[in-house]
Amino acid sequence: MSEQATGEQVTGAQSLILALEAAGVEHVFGIPGGAILPAYDPLFDSVRVRHILVRHEQGAGHAAQGYAAATGKVGVCMATSGPGATNLVTPIADAYMDSVPLVAITGQVSSNAIGTDAFQEADIRGITMPITKHNFLVTDAAEIPRTIAEAFYIASTGRPGPVLVDISKDALQAATTFAWPTQLNLPGYRPVTRPHAKQVREAARLMLEARRPVLYVGGGVIRAGAAKELRVLADMTGIPVVTTLMARGAFPDSHPQHLGMPGMHGTVAAVAGLQRSDLIVSLGARFDDRVTGNLDSFAPNAKVVHADIDPAEIGKNRPVDVPIVGDAREVVADLIVALEAEADAGHAGDYAAWKDFLTGVKAKYPLGYDEPDDGSLAPQYVLERLGAIAGPDAVYVAGVGQHQMWATHFIGYENPNTWINSGGLGTMGFSVPAAMGAKVARPEATVWSVDGDGCFQMTNQELATCAIEGIPIKVALINNSSLGMVRQWQTLFYNKRYSNTDLQGQTEVRIPDFPKLAEAYGCVGLSCDRPEDVDAVIQKAMEINDVPVVVDFRVHRDAMVWPMVAAGTSNDDIKFARDMAPEFEDDDL
Amino acid sequence: MSKHTLSVLVENKPGVLTRVAALFSRRGFNIDSLAVGPTEHSEISRMTIVVNVEESPLEQVTKQLNKLVEVIKIVELEGSAAVTRELLLVKVKADAETRGQVLETVQLFRAKVVDVATDAVTIEVTGSAEKLEAFLRVLEPFGVRELVQSGMVAIGRGSRSITDRTLRPVPIPAPPAAV
Repeated sequence: MSEQATGEQVTGAQSLILALEAAGVEHVFGIPGGAILPAYDPLFDSVRVRHILVRHEQGAGHAAQGYAAATGKVGVCMATSGPGATNLVTPIADAYMDSVPLVAITGQVSSNAIGTDAFQEADIRGITMPITKHNFLVTDAAEIPRTIAEAFYIASTGRPGPVLVDISKDALQAATTFAWPTQLNLPGYRPVTRPHAKQVREAARLMLEARRPVLYVGGGVIRAGAAKELRVLADMTGIPVVTTLMARGAFPDSHPQHLGMPGMHGTVAAVAGLQRSDLIVSLGARFDDRVTGNLDSFAPNAKVVHADIDPAEIGKNRPVDVPIVGDAREVVADLIVALEAEADAGHAGDYAAWKDFLTGVKAKYPLGYDEPDDGSLAPQYVLERLGAIAGPDAVYVAGVGQHQMWATHFIGYENPNTWINSGGLGTMGFSVPAAMGAKVARPEATVWSVDGDGCFQMTNQELATCAIEGIPIKVALINNSSLGMVRQWQTLFYNKRYSNTDLQGQTEVRIPDFPKLAEAYGCVGLSCDRPEDVDAVIQKAMEINDVPVVVDFRVHRDAMVWPMVAAGTSNDDIKFARDMAPEFEDDDL
Repeated sequence: MSKHTLSVLVENKPGVLTRVAALFSRRGFNIDSLAVGPTEHSEISRMTIVVNVEESPLEQVTKQLNKLVEVIKIVELEGSAAVTRELLLVKVKADAETRGQVLETVQLFRAKVVDVATDAVTIEVTGSAEKLEAFLRVLEPFGVRELVQSGMVAIGRGSRSITDRTLRPVPIPAPPAAV
């Protein structure tokens, strides 16, 4: 293997830091501990790598995810052996589900102690095998630079994902020489990014033949940086677009062809669009159960073009007519060329009736909500105003639950990488640390964490990190004193028996007092109870840019997320409000 | 459900068997048998995996296996185009009265006695799964005391080798060091 050697004698730990520098790492989120301690000594001296000391390893992992999702760069987190490493398991699993490029570096007990149940020993390589794209255990200092180079290469190419590098303490302490490899030898790893020309032509042909096509856009379009190409494809063909939860922002919400988000809580237009289509062109999406509902009745008359960089996704859930393996950006670019050639030959699609139908559905069943009768705050209104005031250039990072669905619907996204959330794994507690990571990656951008009070209490300790390290995120806390999404299901499916979803109990005072909690963490704490105060409090938060801000929006507890397709039922049974099913006038379409 | 035989070339690295086994368990695929050993190239091991699945889950099995970074190549070996073998060691009751019959069976199946005791013999036999099954059926009446069986190994017929092309190193330029 050819290598660029510096020749100087270093420790394994120094070699690790030199390797991170060589890989272009500028930020690492982590916490030191016994086994990783040797690495923290040279890290102390590194001028290129800034280490951000978090309060919990889960925070380090989500911060690295937010960092990666906001920029497309590889996020890096670091932890010690045993509990440090196991605390990274949730963010690693999250990154695996959402294809986030992440490198996790963990210390391991010395190689002679591995397998002895030593203090703070955990087989993190074994534990993370099913939730990493790949992982390594390094016990030889000489292997460190090559392993780090391979880890970054694997994490960032093909379908991105998390890679864990576990390094034994003795490897970190051993003497070695640093050499950054110039070549990698990964005989079993050859991701295909160039789509097959014949398949692309076949897809273009189906798109022209179809009368009711839909572009089903998934997170792959965001990861591939294909939003521009997608816009061109949509504009030239006029085909309606749906963007999944992972793809929000890949296509402007303001675009007339945009039907919104499909799925369990999708818009009526997006759900109906897929359901009644005769051709689904899937771009970097994976026919997740939250999108398809009952698979047997999903889009029963649609042919499927499925483009994905991961061949294993193609046909996994839904049979495919035209499979295309490739990077979303290259696929869309090639589709554009193929369709241009068809257009030159005088071939164009005829989707007029279909577009009329969908425009009608969109107009008839827009996203909406009821104002609470008692004058209290509607959560949807808060997010609508937040989107209007903070604007489409801000970055919004959500947790998981009702607030996430309201945030995806009501803020309004125009740009890729401005909507960051935990889609596949559905990790409560994702928002605050991920927002921290996004703000580190894009310090010039306004970064709003949109969080629920349940989620917020899982990871809010990272506000201390934000305050101390100068990472002024803003938190819009959608506080309904409940585990709201679970409560909604209890309302709908469990006879309003609210078993263990009330976070406030019978207490008179609010526990915790979130503004006070924010202040304890060195942040500004604000609160808002009335609709008429929403704009002012958001404005005030927007003006504070030196410290983090937490706004406690005390919202109506019984607000529900609509539309909804009940779990396991057909998308045809979508309700746009409780017991309200849409009626389509043109039923033979 | 039908049986499929997969030859899987993997990098000879620690943990690779765990990865493959974990993948099968996580994705809910059933392994009928798995055999692993070295190949003519020291850096490559070869697994022969027999899975019992329908056509379309088989495609998922191979695609998911292919995603493992250390899996280099997967070839499905189809019945008539491949030679398949299993190894069986079996300890059968055989006293002065029955030993003759047992040895006759051994001869018929071209098996081999590898150990003899006063009241038992240990027999080694190789062959296809069907042959071993038939052999055991015939031995059954004598009394099988213990048996151990290997997983199936398989190789394609003809002169072509599935490892040929895989050995060509395909070096990837490493990302240049950031300065």
